[in-house]
Amino acid sequence: MAKTLIKNGHVVDPANKRDGRFDVLIDRGKIADVQPSIAANGAKAIDAAGLVVAPGFVDLHTHLREPGREDKETVETGCRAALRGGFTTICAMPNTTPAMDHRGIVDFLKREAERIGLADVRPIGAITKGREGKELTDFAELFDAGCIALSDDGSAVADGFLMRRALEYAKIFDRPLIQHAEDPLLSAGGVMHEGLVSTTLGLRGIPGASESVLVARDIALCELTGGWVHFAHLSSAKSVEMIRQAKQRGLQVTCEATPHHLALTHEAVGEFDTSAKVNPPLRAETDRQALIEGLRDGTIDCIATDHAPHTEWEKAADFDAAPFGISGLETALGVCVQALVVPGLLSWSQLVEKLSMNPARIAGLTGGTLSVGAPADVVLLDPKRQWSVDPKQFISKGRHSPFAGQTLTGAVVNALVRGMDPAQ
Amino acid sequence: MVSDTGGPKAKIMDAEAIRRALIRIAHEILERNKGTGELALIGIRTRGAILAQRLAKEIEAIDRHPVQVGSLDITLYRDDLSRIAPNPVVHSTDIAFDITDLRLILVDDVLFTGRTIRAALNAINDLGRPQLIQLAVLIDRGHRELPIRADYVGKNLPTQLSERVDVRLNELDEVEEVVLEAAANEGASR
Amino acid sequence: MTTTTTANGTQTAQWIKKDLLGLQSLTAEEIRLVLQTAASFREISLRPIKKVPALRGKTIVNLFFEPSTRTRTSFELAAKRLSADIVNISTQGSSLSKGETVLDTVRNLEALKVDVLVIRHAAAGVPHLIARQSQASVINAGDGAHEHPTQALLDLFTIQEKKGRIEGLTVAIIGDIAHSRVARSNIWGLTKLGARVILCGPPTLIPTQIEALGVKVTHRLEEALAQADVLMLLRIQHERQEAVLVPSLREFRLRYGIDRERLKSAKPDVLIMHPGPVNRGVELDSAVADGPYSVILDQVTNGLAVRMAALYLVSGAPKVEVEENA
Repeated sequence: MAKTLIKNGHVVDPANKRDGRFDVLIDRGKIADVQPSIAANGAKAIDAAGLVVAPGFVDLHTHLREPGREDKETVETGCRAALRGGFTTICAMPNTTPAMDHRGIVDFLKREAERIGLADVRPIGAITKGREGKELTDFAELFDAGCIALSDDGSAVADGFLMRRALEYAKIFDRPLIQHAEDPLLSAGGVMHEGLVSTTLGLRGIPGASESVLVARDIALCELTGGWVHFAHLSSAKSVEMIRQAKQRGLQVTCEATPHHLALTHEAVGEFDTSAKVNPPLRAETDRQALIEGLRDGTIDCIATDHAPHTEWEKAADFDAAPFGISGLETALGVCVQALVVPGLLSWSQLVEKLSMNPARIAGLTGGTLSVGAPADVVLLDPKRQWSVDPKQFISKGRHSPFAGQTLTGAVVNALVRGMDPAQ
Repeated sequence: MVSDTGGPKAKIMDAEAIRRALIRIAHEILERNKGTGELALIGIRTRGAILAQRLAKEIEAIDRHPVQVGSLDITLYRDDLSRIAPNPVVHSTDIAFDITDLRLILVDDVLFTGRTIRAALNAINDLGRPQLIQLAVLIDRGHRELPIRADYVGKNLPTQLSERVDVRLNELDEVEEVVLEAAANEGASR
Repeated sequence: MTTTTTANGTQTAQWIKKDLLGLQSLTAEEIRLVLQTAASFREISLRPIKKVPALRGKTIVNLFFEPSTRTRTSFELAAKRLSADIVNISTQGSSLSKGETVLDTVRNLEALKVDVLVIRHAAAGVPHLIARQSQASVINAGDGAHEHPTQALLDLFTIQEKKGRIEGLTVAIIGDIAHSRVARSNIWGLTKLGARVILCGPPTLIPTQIEALGVKVTHRLEEALAQADVLMLLRIQHERQEAVLVPSLREFRLRYGIDRERLKSAKPDVLIMHPGPVNRGVELDSAVADGPYSVILDQVTNGLAVRMAALYLVSGAPKVEVEENA
């Protein structure tokens, strides 16, 4: 395989503390060299002048819907959408039908991803059988099959006793349990954040406490068991505060926030806009500010999309009946740059840390960096380009977005997986 | 209505002319109906209602008997509701007596196409069955589109279709006159 | 006559909205216009022939996804008194893929060239969803716990009629505010017209942050009773009891039910209102519901005039092209 040389780009690689003009040489799918200037010597050159060159993004939280709901998304459309969004690795959540709770489904997903040969797909297995919250899955089988973590995402592991046992048992594998923190009784029937907007619209609210109650419990269980919990899609200020304290106490707790929770509030629901219906719900401005602060001070380790595609007709229903979820892979970068980098809340280097380096570390992958020898998963970004969100143009089958019509800054020009551009 | 548009204007009647016309009509009504027995006046909102009130006073002054007066809003009976938007503001019909078997004098300011009178006749029909209905108008400007004529006319005024007749009354317009304008704004002709 | 000038020469607002979805989106002038129009329509119901030809040739559909006799009948009579053709459609809607069914139903009606859709649905926002998709005018006849604009308008009309004004009055809304579309619409209407609104009920039935809408909240009935010119009682929904919002109906009655004894501490000219149907012996004692302060039946009478006004106004709104795929 020929060598590839990315010239004249602005390399942002927080793992190696690089943030400046470098050339990047790729050989046989791996990063071969990073220097201020590298001679071509026959390598295929890509001119990256004016572009940011960063390790490919790693999404810890993607819903691929296959098997079961191929009308919402398939592994192939999900992978294509991921690459358009700069994600060279996506971690697939297990709430498929049937659930990814045994080796057969995990193998299916890996085979399908290899056959398609686009983004790197890493499975997340279920914590309980059928994601029913009753009986633990065979952890060893799932990790042996290639799962990078376990989660019942879509539902919480609400049973405290079961969660305790899961955290204890997972210590063998040194991999996290990803908790969808939500008390199902506190949020029962809720469709949006409980606040002034839900009061005005007459919609059933989901209080912030529904999340933080479970965050508090699981922090206590981490302390009890010494296990590792990773909190998915944080939404409330109280949760951030408790995780900050847990980290200060040295507990093994990590967490993520989504671009939409960082950029939007419950006001986005407007007059019953189902594209802003998501779980956990978009919350108040104070919550959003707390998430940004948590991102800045390191309480929140990474940004994950919670890409949750649905069909057009499902989202065209009334607000109560429409499903939760935002199609997020293709807007993640633009939203983050617009909401975080443009206002100066996050540097480019910090953003790449949240989108590439930290999620790779939590997933236990060697990527997320441009270190020599690392897989050549590289993304080329135009940091200044402005574009308007038109969900009809999404590659994902989920053509719904609360950002529709908004102008975002920062666009993905090119995504290389193992040194190759699979789009070509 | 205070007009701010239109071309050259000619004053057709002043306050005195209007007053004399109403006195004459009052006399004619009494003569034709042989007194005030069973008589009632119904004015079409807005200016017809004012004229009906004034006519009633004139009739009382001559005959020394009170005359019942009501006002009628014909908006809901217009034949052009489906052609105009937004729908015009509806005012209330205020007739505090049973019209059955009365001799009704319908009063309006200007008689033009006859469509307003047609609407008023239909409205009255829904309120009861009077003995008879007569029509009194201050101005008859011609151009009828329906087979309707007035029984009492203050002034016959030959007009062009494009012209506009404005009746202005003290109670509403703080001026008392009838004005003919070469109308510039179509659709407001009456 | 084409004049839009009132008797005292002031220009009134004109109605240009395609739909009547809620009072949140109406200006004070638009609310006054509906009330004024309703006042003109009230007289029609007193005539021997209770019918005017204003909406002759218009087709109106009562599309009720939730059972209702009172509101549906009121709209039906209102339409008939305006000479419109009206069709009643009641669907209980399967709980699965509700949204699809709603839009499918509406597309079918659209193909039949309907002029006005009167919609009631158990889910908030359904009339808004349909209004965005339909050329027809939409009147919200109650959507979930969101809004019930014609109910609030008839309440305002009744207060105006009985008290001669709305501005400066204190209106206490008592009971299950959280699940009440009547409460929400009345809060918007009353505050826009300058009334003071007190909400009274147990904390479990008062929705979060509602004070931000410019109302005062109290959990003590005596406090509301002492200040109110109007007591607006809401129906306690029996079926909500499963959700443990109040321990029992009996306990609700003991704390918040209005009976003759309690009424002694109210103002001597207080009005008792209720959107119906009344749970006698729960939120309202029979003696009070049928007593001299009660204007509950006037509300029903006025509801007809208000719905006639609503139908008349929206069906005359200038037609606009509906955005495709909105």
